Amino acid sequence: MTTIETAPHSTSATSTAGASHAISMVGAWITTSDHKRLGRMLIGCGLIALLGIAAVGGLLGLERIDVNSTTLGSGSIDQLFSLFRVGLAFFAVLPVMLGLGVAVVPLQLGARALAFPRLAAAGFWAWFFGMALVVLSIVANGGPGGGTSKYVALYISAFAVMLGGLTIIAISLATTVLTTRAPGMNMRRVPTFAWSVLVSSLGLIIVLPVVIGASIYLYVSYRYNRVPFGGNQGILDWTGFSMTQPQTFLYVLPAVGFFAEVIPVASRRRMPMRGVVLAGLAMVGVAAITGASQLPHLLPWRGSKLYLGHFSTKLGDLISYSLFNIVPVLGVVIVVLLAPLAFAAKKGQRVAPKITAPFIFGFFGVTMLLVGMVASVLDGVIDLGLQGTVYEEGTYTYVCYGAILAALGAVTYWGPKLWGRRLSDKKVMPLALLGVLAVVLSSLPYLIAGFADQPAGAITFSYGGPHALWNTLATIGHFLMVLTVLGYVGLALQGFRTGELAGDDPWDAHTLEWATSSPAPVNNFVGLHTVMSPQPLLDLKPSPDAPKTETA
Amino acid sequence: MLALPPAPAPAPRRQLFVGTALACSAGTMLIGGMLAIWLRFRKAAMTGTSHLWVPKGISFPEVASNIMLFSFIGICIFAQWAVYAAKRDDKRHVGVALLLTGLLGLAVINAQAAVYAQMSLPIHPKDGTSAYGVMFYAITGTFVVFMIIGVVFSFVTAFRYLGGRTREREIVTAHAIYWYFAAAAFTMLWFVVYVTK
Repeated sequence: MTTIETAPHSTSATSTAGASHAISMVGAWITTSDHKRLGRMLIGCGLIALLGIAAVGGLLGLERIDVNSTTLGSGSIDQLFSLFRVGLAFFAVLPVMLGLGVAVVPLQLGARALAFPRLAAAGFWAWFFGMALVVLSIVANGGPGGGTSKYVALYISAFAVMLGGLTIIAISLATTVLTTRAPGMNMRRVPTFAWSVLVSSLGLIIVLPVVIGASIYLYVSYRYNRVPFGGNQGILDWTGFSMTQPQTFLYVLPAVGFFAEVIPVASRRRMPMRGVVLAGLAMVGVAAITGASQLPHLLPWRGSKLYLGHFSTKLGDLISYSLFNIVPVLGVVIVVLLAPLAFAAKKGQRVAPKITAPFIFGFFGVTMLLVGMVASVLDGVIDLGLQGTVYEEGTYTYVCYGAILAALGAVTYWGPKLWGRRLSDKKVMPLALLGVLAVVLSSLPYLIAGFADQPAGAITFSYGGPHALWNTLATIGHFLMVLTVLGYVGLALQGFRTGELAGDDPWDAHTLEWATSSPAPVNNFVGLHTVMSPQPLLDLKPSPDAPKTETA
Repeated sequence: MLALPPAPAPAPRRQLFVGTALACSAGTMLIGGMLAIWLRFRKAAMTGTSHLWVPKGISFPEVASNIMLFSFIGICIFAQWAVYAAKRDDKRHVGVALLLTGLLGLAVINAQAAVYAQMSLPIHPKDGTSAYGVMFYAITGTFVVFMIIGVVFSFVTAFRYLGGRTREREIVTAHAIYWYFAAAAFTMLWFVVYVTK
């Protein structure tokens, strides 16, 4: 007797193999401690969260167009305002910025891995689940101003867990920059992006634990004795400083670092006065002191009463106001002002600049961000009466959306090193213009409405100006932002999978990450490199700048 | 791919040490921020602009709190002894020093539990206005979490070192840094919470 085994059906075998492959792929991503994967997970989740947050911003704008009618339930308005404020900073901007750092910084430093990669992975999951629980608690009538007490308590604890995760990632990043640099790369030779990530991470290590400490008090107070910290209404009073300027400057600093990184690549020469750029980026770190002191530093000018009896008080106010509000802005101004110097041709040298999509995104993003920073300086002048108006929301949106725009440029720039393919400049560049329109429309009307005293966090108000116009424009701006990010994500999904192969150094760049293959292998570099200047790759290329080895 | 000249093996950069130092900085800001809020509430209570402060009838167990402070002197000495012995490859002394550090850490946690038991401080006082109970349990509870982390750190260090990884001296140094941070944090907390109240 012959036994004939039934051959398994080929289709089902293929589908089973496919399913098991998919499961193993998902498992590999969930359990990964590879910095390139972790970074991409942070960026991806941050951008998806941004879609939701920008839509919430649009809904809130829509609600404010007609002050006499409400579409959303009046009880949910406070929660939506909280969701927008918390979400823009901690669901979107900060994770995207830290994600860029996690994905790129080890490559820039010539390191094989992130310091404490498993800890960073734990930080990611703490942030992710914290974020999910924050959203859940707000949806279930928790959060600031919420009515269901167990979900208010859940909101506070989830908020602390989320910030704890981000702090852990910041510790991992700062340790990476301080300890895993390639041989020869001293701190003066660290790439500007890695430097900005270091300053930002150190600032976060100083500030976020203070917010966590306040959250611990809030949680215990809310659970057992609601009077001292104001119950559900007191949550934003005690943690709100982490979602206002100048605190947010720390979060967006890597966007400025990225712009400083692409300036010399676009101008095709070494960055002039590089030390000044590093100092400018470091100046933004001053914002950490404001966060640690948990106080806004305001300027009570009181009109023109400048006489000797009050001179010392005025001087004291002016010094603290300038130090904490103007110095960080000055740092970014320095970086931006050095860009034209980089493009200015030296005598006898004619090199055509290479304007690419990452540069355009970076330029527009940092310009928008800077407008928000400068505008937020005015917010501190008490005489202008802008505090408590939508002016603050306008500056916040300017800074955060501007940073996201620059971050899209950073993903375009470093995408080849993460996926091996590059996005088409022609397809991506229009999105930069759409993004600028989105940022301006979502923010500028609120700056104007703020001067007309439209209150923040309210949907019923009255003032003389054309409030319907400003709120309509802002609504359009938020939805254009959704469209920009959605369009970019769509292009990225297609381009990074099937787009043009990038090659190892597609931008003719200067820093170490472009010395390895695209996409970078598991341990990033086959061999260790000796760094002799801040532009190790440029040293090897024929350049009009006549490469000179810098002495350490 | 561009070829750069090969580099010599990188010098050790003390990654664990730097990472622990940064984590300790974060911990310092956490406790410092909480103490700052504590002082703000205390000042408001003292100047009569806010709620009551220490509820009536509450006495502070000074013996237990002072013993906790003195324990930290021992903890720091033992942690540094472990570093000293590790540099001399004295495995037995490292083990003893680490275990003593961990045991003293447990003793501090025990003393904190004794403080809770002796004070019988209500977290929600009858009049419902004093913030003291809430803040006391929040800040000392946070510090107990730091102590638990420290004890686990001591035992993990001992386990790794005594398990044969005697060349990894950095973890012993990082362990000492952590306990110095804990000692400094408790000293601040002791002065603000137990002395000035």
